[in-house]
Amino acid sequence: MNPTLVRWLQAPSIIVLFLWMIVPLSLTVYFSTIRYNLLYPERSGFVGLSNYEYFWTDPSFMPALLNTLILVGSVLAISVVLGLAISILIDRPFRGRGIVRVMLISPFFIMPTVNALIWKNMMMNPIYGLFAVVATAFGVEPIDWLTQLPLLSVIIIVSWQWTPFAILIFMTSLQSQDQEQKEAATLDGAGFWAQFWNLTLPHLARPISIVLLIQMIFHLSIFAEIYVTTGGGPGVQSTNLTYLIFTQALQGFDIGVASAGGVFAIILANIVAIFLIRAVGKTLTV
Amino acid sequence: MTDTERAKLKDRIAVIAAWIVASLFFFPIFWMVLTSFKTELQAIAVPPLLVFEPTLENFSLIQERTDYTKYAWNSVVTSVGGTALALLIAIPSAYAMAFNPSRHTKDILMWMLSTKMLPAVGVLMPIYLISQKLGLLDTKFVLVVIYAMINLPIIMLILFNYFREIPKEILEASRMDGTSTYNEITQIVMPLAWGGIASTALLSIVLCWNEAFWAINLTASDAGTLAALVASFSSPEGLFWAKLSAVSTLACAPIVVFGWLCQKQLVQGLTFGAVK
Repeated sequence: MNPTLVRWLQAPSIIVLFLWMIVPLSLTVYFSTIRYNLLYPERSGFVGLSNYEYFWTDPSFMPALLNTLILVGSVLAISVVLGLAISILIDRPFRGRGIVRVMLISPFFIMPTVNALIWKNMMMNPIYGLFAVVATAFGVEPIDWLTQLPLLSVIIIVSWQWTPFAILIFMTSLQSQDQEQKEAATLDGAGFWAQFWNLTLPHLARPISIVLLIQMIFHLSIFAEIYVTTGGGPGVQSTNLTYLIFTQALQGFDIGVASAGGVFAIILANIVAIFLIRAVGKTLTV
Repeated sequence: MTDTERAKLKDRIAVIAAWIVASLFFFPIFWMVLTSFKTELQAIAVPPLLVFEPTLENFSLIQERTDYTKYAWNSVVTSVGGTALALLIAIPSAYAMAFNPSRHTKDILMWMLSTKMLPAVGVLMPIYLISQKLGLLDTKFVLVVIYAMINLPIIMLILFNYFREIPKEILEASRMDGTSTYNEITQIVMPLAWGGIASTALLSIVLCWNEAFWAINLTASDAGTLAALVASFSSPEGLFWAKLSAVSTLACAPIVVFGWLCQKQLVQGLTFGAVK
């Protein structure tokens, strides 16, 4: 094929993605250095880094950063550990395995807003929720999950959605594991844990790292689950960075400060992204 | 007990455990579907009702109360539209890259992937303001464009992987016969990679359908998608669990089925081709 044609065919995808990246990105950086509040359009001008300073010194910033880290860390730990355990559990032929698989991965396809509302209403509601019903049946005082343990509630909700993702990936990956090797190991008297540490875990090392990185990217910007359940509260107890920026932008109308927060979020995501891109790049053959 | 007996017992316990775990994970979905067939009073009954006379009332009521079909239509248009637009851009590009790779091809693909890592909240303000200036707030058009852009990198990467598996000899033979590039794409590459393209489209539709951040922030009553409609149920006033469940069941059912159908591509697409 002639090289000019090749270039023409490739151009649209490269150009639109370049625009999609560079235009908003440069505007965000630009907004972050000017005074720009929709409520006070008369105030404008270059303000240097003071939007950043304002964002960092905001009393909500540290709690939001901490919440983000706790949220990402716990969901990662829960989904990878549970995902490993469950995918190994079902990595054997048995009747109804197809149904079990479908049941296990289904939560991943549920809309985040639906997911959050199911949990908020039908599971965690302090009066009618199933958790409260079960607690009462055992004579325990039911707790108001979203008010008393807001961050933990969000962690549970997000984990329910993302553990199936880990299961899906690990399950697929386990199918390519060398079964003869495992049988040989069994004949040699290697127990479950020996096989797990020496065969299964090394086999799953790549999928695990990929799952960790992808989930990190997604979890750094969790929004819908907080938006429909706790609204970041009570106070800022379940506010993460994304939600904090959202409140500053669309509720505080302060584009400048929100943009400074946006730049911060971009930098944070990129630290993770570098590692992910490297891991993916290794598998791509051109 | 002999060793084989012990192994059998262990196996049986594992299977029972698998069923229990699967039931726990599936339970909230089961409960949602069940609640959608209850009356509002039955929905909040304590103790919760497992056996009741099912009603279809909620499904007919939600149409009156929320104009469900409008939101559903918006979801269909934005997710299918966004996917179609992305495929239109991606197929020729992925074709060119797969059959005429240069030393930059890998870097280009990796760069495309990196645009996917841009957190939405980081570019919310410019996108919001640009849409506002252009009068595109609360239009399906803006969501179609955004959904095309956020899914383009994944689609490019999966299609690239699919196209790479087509033997080059087939294309060379057709070129000898003087086939044009357009015909080559539409008559040879696309039919051969049809399964791949279809499941990539399915994956993209699933992701668009469930997308909530942009839908909530850029749309209101005109172009709102089902994800945004469901989010509007989050207000604490009134307990409309049965109706909420009916909306949610209808909103999720097609996508869950899609998801079951394209598990393999999901794995590839979601891990950017790194796990197959």
